[in-house]
Amino acid sequence: MMREVQLAIIGGGPAGLAAAVAAYDKGVRDIVIIERDGELGGILNQCIHAGFGLHTFGQELSGPEYAARFIQQVKEREIPCMLNTMVLDFSEEKILTTTSRADGLQQMKAQAVILAMGCRERPRGALNIPGTRPAGVWSAGTAQRLVNMEGMMPGREVVILGSGDIGLIMARRMTMEGAKVKAVAEVLPYSGGLKRNIVQCLEDFDIPLLLSHTVVEIHGKKRLEGVTLARVDEQRCPVAGTEQYISCDTLLLSVGLLPENELSVQAGVQLSGITGGPVVGDDLSTSVDGVFACGNVLHVHDLVDFVSQEAAQAGESAARYLQRGNACGPKIQLRAVNGVRYTVPSYIDRDHMAESVTVRFRVGHPYRDAAIGVYAGERLLRRIPKRVLAPGEMEKVVLRRADLPEDINTVTFCVEEGNSK
Amino acid sequence: MNERILTCIGCPLGCLLTATLENGAVTNVQGNTCKRGDDYARKECTTPERMVTGTIRVRNGSAPVVSVRTSVPVPKHKVMEVAAVMSDTVIDAPIVLGDVVLADIADTGTALIATRNVTEK
Amino acid sequence: MYDVVIIGGGVVGCATARELSRYQLKTCLVEREEDVCTGTSKANSAIVHAGFDALPGSLKARFNVEGSRMMEQLCHDLDVSYNRCGSLVLCFDEQDISKLELLRQRGVENGVEGLEIIGREKLHAMEPALSPEAAAALYAPTGAIICPFGLTYALAENAAANGVEFRFDTCVERVERVQNGFAVHTNTGVIYSRTVVNAAGVYADDLHNQLCANKITIVPRRGEYCLLDRKDGHLVGHTIFQLPGALGKGVLVSPTVHGNLIIGPTAADQESRESTATTAEGLAAATAMAGRSVANLPMRDVITSFAGLRARITEGADDFVIGESSDGFFEAAGIESPGLTSAPAIGCYLAALVAKKLDAEEKSNFVAVRRGIAPVKDMPFEERKALVEQDAAYGQIICRCEQITEGEIVEAIHRGARSLDGVKRRVRAGMGRCQGGFCAPRVMEILARELGEAYTKLTKSGGESRLLTGETKEVQE
Repeated sequence: MMREVQLAIIGGGPAGLAAAVAAYDKGVRDIVIIERDGELGGILNQCIHAGFGLHTFGQELSGPEYAARFIQQVKEREIPCMLNTMVLDFSEEKILTTTSRADGLQQMKAQAVILAMGCRERPRGALNIPGTRPAGVWSAGTAQRLVNMEGMMPGREVVILGSGDIGLIMARRMTMEGAKVKAVAEVLPYSGGLKRNIVQCLEDFDIPLLLSHTVVEIHGKKRLEGVTLARVDEQRCPVAGTEQYISCDTLLLSVGLLPENELSVQAGVQLSGITGGPVVGDDLSTSVDGVFACGNVLHVHDLVDFVSQEAAQAGESAARYLQRGNACGPKIQLRAVNGVRYTVPSYIDRDHMAESVTVRFRVGHPYRDAAIGVYAGERLLRRIPKRVLAPGEMEKVVLRRADLPEDINTVTFCVEEGNSK
Repeated sequence: MNERILTCIGCPLGCLLTATLENGAVTNVQGNTCKRGDDYARKECTTPERMVTGTIRVRNGSAPVVSVRTSVPVPKHKVMEVAAVMSDTVIDAPIVLGDVVLADIADTGTALIATRNVTEK
Repeated sequence: MYDVVIIGGGVVGCATARELSRYQLKTCLVEREEDVCTGTSKANSAIVHAGFDALPGSLKARFNVEGSRMMEQLCHDLDVSYNRCGSLVLCFDEQDISKLELLRQRGVENGVEGLEIIGREKLHAMEPALSPEAAAALYAPTGAIICPFGLTYALAENAAANGVEFRFDTCVERVERVQNGFAVHTNTGVIYSRTVVNAAGVYADDLHNQLCANKITIVPRRGEYCLLDRKDGHLVGHTIFQLPGALGKGVLVSPTVHGNLIIGPTAADQESRESTATTAEGLAAATAMAGRSVANLPMRDVITSFAGLRARITEGADDFVIGESSDGFFEAAGIESPGLTSAPAIGCYLAALVAKKLDAEEKSNFVAVRRGIAPVKDMPFEERKALVEQDAAYGQIICRCEQITEGEIVEAIHRGARSLDGVKRRVRAGMGRCQGGFCAPRVMEILARELGEAYTKLTKSGGESRLLTGETKEVQE
């Protein structure tokens, strides 16, 4: 007989943990968390820097400490976890095929599933950086694991491509372990990282940040010997004559994160072309009945606090689904236009929505003194002035059910520039 | 009298702050657009502090290193000294999250605490 | 004293080693890198050419067609991924159909079976993703795709199982004729042998010129490739060529046996025999030329790009140099395309020559069959379940993208992988869309454990390619 479970949660990182706790607290008792690593906590285990939990716990924790608080909650509720267990296959009938050393090959059928697999780093190959393929080129997250968890040094003279937060954090981390970080290059004219990280990870250590620069060639046959950097124009094309060679034995890439949705695709979950994550409704349900998504597998977040919030909502929705079945009313589509790249959720079920729904989104460019406009047709529903909007900062707008007129089928989110409007 | 230019870390706006200092005291802050910028500049110019995080080598542990942090932020000029002490320290497993690894690291008066568990091998 | 020393552990050297292992001979293969399959054999189009390109009467034509005929059975015997998917040579102008016809006639003369010219309508029905410009094609049903690493490892393992000795990290500096044979001078000492087989790839001219009166020059021709995600592997069903130009067979678009899509190669002659760097221009050219065959190639799905060197001889009639070039000195030089296809036939030919020269007899106990490392991912549920019950290491996934288990990685190491790349080429750990981001540290852990090697000594590809510079905390001391 195939094992049956009410709720299977794929991934035991911050999203999976918070989802499990929330579902339990809403009355679901038959839950299993499936985690591919040997311990719970996901990527937080290697994020040993501080700055997590300010929103959730009102204090600055390191990644492992933040994870530990949720792991504790899972333990208190005695929610079973399958560790070192990889989900190989996920079918539309919600049958999960898993493999592990301890339990071998197994299948289980779930009534509901929460996708919480997280994301992965964009590798060198995806950038098609010309040059050789020596040792010493790592994605920043892999290097972070080597340094923080394995106690290994990937190199001594480092160039970092990409100024997202992982790149910045690793610049400081490598420096504090005695390496020389020679430069952080960013192809965009602005950094996607937090201001605090630019100051405390780069400026504190006099590490140059080269905006509008990229790596145009990788040198070295066996081990990396150096990289050529060049300035790029507005189209992000390298400008001839601006090349500079920097000798280094390590190149760390922090060039973007991609939601990891291979399993979602197997089950037929519809994905967004923009986020790379599932298309979801206001209850974070995907296009497959009884399958929910949250955290970085849904869209890449900046702050773990918001992952926990989103995941708790997915857990509650899964509980409601298990208790009351699928509620399906007319959908209000959320449209992202004019600077707003996408919204999560993609639609709202007005008949079944909660009192309020948090709509999260990102903008495509940096803006100053702009506003977020929310419209139903021509009608302005909300206008939220924003001193600054940046692609690196996820934004949110809370829509109350009371704000939504009865007769609408679309709500549009846009950036409005200038103060005249 | 001298001036220091800083980037405010309070929010994504990243205001460029100009702090005027006289005899080590901040007499004026310009460029900020909110109170937080003013506070930040005064603090950063007089008593800048940083939370220091890192790892410590572990003997007989299930992991080769354990992550640690200072219990509170330490003076900024002490950061590399704290890092150096962390590099020279080795501790024995088991370690429990919250354990005090060093009571006073690099004469800062600040404790170094473990931020995860490491069991015995 | 060996009977034969083979210099070079590429596909030709390994094929020759395997064929020589049929005979009662003391054979040794020397390779300068830490593994076989590290040069041209690892960076090529991964296809079996049907054999219509080479000029009739040439060695290229002969060994291509022979090799192509041998390949399916060989892959079956040695458990190597092979798929006879067929190939298409496109032309983009109806006026060029005559050129396709010339190619077809050449193929017929070379002995290629089943060649057929296909008109626009049938062509687009066969391959809906082709660019509308494609006007007609030469269809070669015997064209195939293959795993070039898989073939080379299989040949090497089978040769080793039949008694051939392999010496790695052994670089030949000089070959000297001595009484009764040769002294092969290497960085690790002198090896004496009655005969020598030169299969040194882009360095084959060096060895040739040390021993032969007629001189040859190899000018490496760099070819750049892009490999696309597995989700694009079904974009085309055949290997898609374009009408050949002056610099070779042009850029192809092809599925791979592992379900990826490959495009390339470009062709640029260079001086360096070492540099396999890709260039912005090369990758752009490959993309542009491939885009002529298949419209809207999803280049955002590129997972890696690479370059390989083809060993082209500048003298003579654009052909391979194969045979006994000097008394007791055998060679396969200038093995550019269709080298991978030709390798099994070249191996047979050279082995027979050497055996005859040495008056060697065939062994009675030659084992012609070799089992590969079975991909756990492709096993039926019950078979896989049973395997995991037998050995739990097959239950532990290490490479998420390609779903490679610890058991497979351990097996790869036991079969000779000594580096991250050696594991990758044997069992595909790190070959997927994250390119080792997640699994590299875990594979390193297994390598360290199985080889009994310090973590910090592990390499990406042998030699100086150390992955780590040390442990943390050592740095500041």
